[in-house]
Amino acid sequence: MSFGTRFALAAPVWIWSFLGALLVWLAAIIFTGGLGAFAMISGALGLAVFSVIVGLAQMFVITLGPGNVDLSLPANIGLASAVAMKVMDGSDARVGLGLVAALASGTLIGAGNYLLIRLLRIPPIIATLSLSFVIQSAGISYGRGLQIKPPPGFAEFTSAHIAGIPVLAIGTILFTLLAAVLLHKTIYGRSVLAIGQNRRAAFLAGIPVERVRFATYVMSGTLGGLCGALLAGYFRGSSLEIGDEYLLASIAVVVIGGTSVAGGRSNVTGIWGAALFLVLLLTMLNTFGVSAGLRQLVTGLVIIGVIIAAGGQKPAR
Amino acid sequence: MSSTFAAAAPARPSLRARLTSRPFLRAALPALSLALIIAWIAYLNPRAISYFGLSLMLNLAIPVVLATIAQMFVITVNDLDLSIGTFVSFVGCVTATWLHDAPALGLVALLGCILVYGLLGAIIHLRNIPSIVVTLGMSFVWQGLSILLLPKPGGKPPPWLFDLMHVKIPFVPMPIVAAILIGLGVHFALMRSSYGALIRGAGGNPQAIARAGWSLLRAKVAMFALAGLFGVFAGMALIGLTTSADANIGKGYALLSIAGVILGGGEFVGGRVSPIGAVIGALTLTLAGSLLTFMRISPDWQVAAQGGILIAVLAARALIGRREQAMT
Repeated sequence: MSFGTRFALAAPVWIWSFLGALLVWLAAIIFTGGLGAFAMISGALGLAVFSVIVGLAQMFVITLGPGNVDLSLPANIGLASAVAMKVMDGSDARVGLGLVAALASGTLIGAGNYLLIRLLRIPPIIATLSLSFVIQSAGISYGRGLQIKPPPGFAEFTSAHIAGIPVLAIGTILFTLLAAVLLHKTIYGRSVLAIGQNRRAAFLAGIPVERVRFATYVMSGTLGGLCGALLAGYFRGSSLEIGDEYLLASIAVVVIGGTSVAGGRSNVTGIWGAALFLVLLLTMLNTFGVSAGLRQLVTGLVIIGVIIAAGGQKPAR
Repeated sequence: MSSTFAAAAPARPSLRARLTSRPFLRAALPALSLALIIAWIAYLNPRAISYFGLSLMLNLAIPVVLATIAQMFVITVNDLDLSIGTFVSFVGCVTATWLHDAPALGLVALLGCILVYGLLGAIIHLRNIPSIVVTLGMSFVWQGLSILLLPKPGGKPPPWLFDLMHVKIPFVPMPIVAAILIGLGVHFALMRSSYGALIRGAGGNPQAIARAGWSLLRAKVAMFALAGLFGVFAGMALIGLTTSADANIGKGYALLSIAGVILGGGEFVGGRVSPIGAVIGALTLTLAGSLLTFMRISPDWQVAAQGGILIAVLAARALIGRREQAMT
């Protein structure tokens, strides 16, 4: 397949998610009569950041091929948010230390996930699921009665704006570019894609399959840790449920963004479109003033609708 | 199954070889872990192993067992249902409101739920989309519906359901009798019937089943509809026991049911499941909570204990698998 035809086939994949985001945004501002159109975008960018970070983590994992998925992300985020807040202890001087601790907690979880997959030879879904049980409990025990506010400087940073655009969003856009380079231009990224396309062929071609998988799960865990720390700053405190919505979000963002669930084909750009779409969908429903129950119902139906419309690819075999 | 295995390996027909063969050990593992937990509880508090003690410890076991069986049907055809927890919540809300106030409406709603599950199976098969994403989306749908139907905890089970769930059976606690009946019933339907074998084949080698002229679509719809049916049973049983509903009452059932199936010897792909194992797995996970209480460990660690048991059993299974590999 030439580069041209590949581009033509790939282009619409991520365009759809951005079109969807545009559509719900338009619906929302038509309802408000154009009021707060920019604030809506700014707010959506600020919230989408978290879905993008875990979405990127999940994307690399899902790209590894059928069965690869990280279900431990929500528990990971919850624990990391508690670790970050406890280590920072409300002091701006300890922000760096807290971030390192949260990242380390995530890294350990990622390594633990891989260890279970490798040693017990179980599907990643089961491995990450059983580890998330353990992390959940660790989080509950560690974070009991924890009501530590984030350091003021850190809290401010997570919701700071430059020219109306959240600083975190700018940072995450840069990080997304980095992830795109990592996926498409480095040996590591190409190995991930190759393994997802055909693990056996990749192995026979001399790709260190297990090392690449290890690196991918560790990266996913680390990004989960990062997301937890940032979320705790953004929402002014940690909580165990803080990561709960990111199980659906991380997977939905990847799939809606045009990454193949069968693995081997990823779309980095689409993650932003999908994340903005999901956040703006919530914004739209909120401006319509619908109840919490209806909001969830519609979100679920829309995600299922989009996935049905996009359809699945035949597993590459 | 162990007998066919022994026949295939005529070099070791002795009883000892049969008892240490991989299939036998694998099949015995779930029962062994349950026995271990019960023995541990008996050691810590001998009085717990009594009619009253077991009834109390296994009080909420029936809904967990039913949800685990529901999950098992989905896993049989290589899918996963992450929405079973919120589904159980929704069924609970319907049971405590409509089924109590307007039985006809409630019945229609619950039948509709099973229809939706069948439809999901059809969509997942026809559009070839991953069940994880679809069921995650559905978990939002069920949760949304639950909140709409029952914004605040409340409601009441229909009296007949309450009575049914509080039946006292002499000598053996009701949850144990129910678990045995459910396990055996599903075992004979899925493991001993010809259509059951076919369905498991649809999970093990879909192409072969399709080429033999069977409908994979029908198999998937049947399994999802059965999952819906048992999900409905689980929700109703839960309300019959707890006597009121709230929109989050089934929280945790999704993970618990998957863990139960895997713990019971089910495998994630290939149509390899065991209904009796799944029931035993669900009972083991239910008793894990009581064990922690007797060990005076904070309930904070209850979920970790369930995860730990799952990891330990999987590790034992990996060891058995490795030894088998070393022998051949």
